[in-house]
Amino acid sequence: MIKTDILIIGAGPTGLFAVFEAGLLKMKCHLIDALPQPGGQCSEIYPKKPIYDIPGFPEVMAGELVDNLMEQITPFEPGFTLGERAENIEKQKDGSFIVTTNKGTKHQAPVVVIAGGLGSFEPRKPPIKGIQKYEEKGISYFIKDPEIYRDKKVVIAGGGDSALDWSIFLADVTKEVSLVHRRKDFRGALDSVEKVEELSKLGKINLITDAEVVDLKGKEKLESVLIRHKDEARGEELKTTDYFIPLFGLSPKLGPIANWGLEIEKNAIKVDNSYDYQTNIPGIYAIGDVNTYKGKLKLILCGFHEAAIMCQSAYQRINPDKKYVMKYTTVSGVNGFDGSKKEAKREVIKSIN
Amino acid sequence: MSDVKITIIDREGEAHTIDAPTDMNMNLMEVIRSYELAPEGTIGICGGMAMCASCQCYMLNLEHMLPEKSIEEEDMLDQAFFVEDNSRLSCQIPITHELDGLEIRIAPVSEE
Repeated sequence: MIKTDILIIGAGPTGLFAVFEAGLLKMKCHLIDALPQPGGQCSEIYPKKPIYDIPGFPEVMAGELVDNLMEQITPFEPGFTLGERAENIEKQKDGSFIVTTNKGTKHQAPVVVIAGGLGSFEPRKPPIKGIQKYEEKGISYFIKDPEIYRDKKVVIAGGGDSALDWSIFLADVTKEVSLVHRRKDFRGALDSVEKVEELSKLGKINLITDAEVVDLKGKEKLESVLIRHKDEARGEELKTTDYFIPLFGLSPKLGPIANWGLEIEKNAIKVDNSYDYQTNIPGIYAIGDVNTYKGKLKLILCGFHEAAIMCQSAYQRINPDKKYVMKYTTVSGVNGFDGSKKEAKREVIKSIN
Repeated sequence: MSDVKITIIDREGEAHTIDAPTDMNMNLMEVIRSYELAPEGTIGICGGMAMCASCQCYMLNLEHMLPEKSIEEEDMLDQAFFVEDNSRLSCQIPITHELDGLEIRIAPVSEE
């Protein structure tokens, strides 16, 4: 069991900055994120995109902002459970919460903060009727163990790097691998595109372009997929296969948090913004893009503000008998849990005085 | 004139003719959101960076007046579902005077 003061669900910019604000108040944080790395949407979707509305940064790459936030919180030694999704929450008699991930990792904290942004990222499923029926019975959205596909027939759909890379990899593993793509052009790395074309010419990848998988057939498990060609003359073809792997990227979902008994409005968690960004369940807060209130702005800088306010309230909840006095880092410096100490040089303080 | 008339058919099939401002640096996705013509969380999820395709719309007229698709938009439509020849990402279409009288239909949302 991982124990901490504040358990933060979501390691995006807001969650990371909450670690800093909590650290100033000597509260230890642990973060859970479904993605394998911190940074949330900034790292996963647009690390190379510039952001222009972070105060003090005329321009900063999303990935660079995450790197800076990670550096900023290092002295507070946060813990991370990455690549796992917060699944269940149970309130304990002492008022604390135990949050369990989809992989069974348990975390206990008196305060839980949901900083989940747009939610956890889950595979985008093509809108094929009855697709759920064959999940785990011939359809996978991730490739976990390529050996499963050895000497089997596999159909992959998609036109991005994942679809290209796995087609290349599985060309030597499977009995037959087909890559179905809506267009003739692929948007993956040039090397991968060329490799797929080469393997196609060698007959090791069955490349089917300008086509889509539109239906699935099978009794107990998937037996074939129906492919529709754009060219009406070619029409449709039924292709027998053991597996169908649609690789269309990731899509954000609120996920299991939606079932935690929190008040939800328009796919976001309602909070008391007039006071502390607490949800309808005392001890559970929601900050950043995942929350909603009248006048809400989904901006990183608003998430930072909400993190600071939330930490004051969390401090009072964790330390009901202590009086909190707000301090400026310009005066008090930053004292990390790792023994580090940062403070303004004396001559600077003198000149201010 | 700072507003143009745009007709937007929502996912229920209802047509709404709305005034879209040309002087607020808005794109078509933001206009749809501001008029709440699609439920929150089902449109413009990535914030308008051509990275989610949740704002896909079918252009029913004036296609020739629209800016050409960027590589990013083309790539994203490549991964999207329900794509037709007249599909565009509304987040990539700035509101300009040329769009007066534009008619569009919001693409279905994928039941994931």
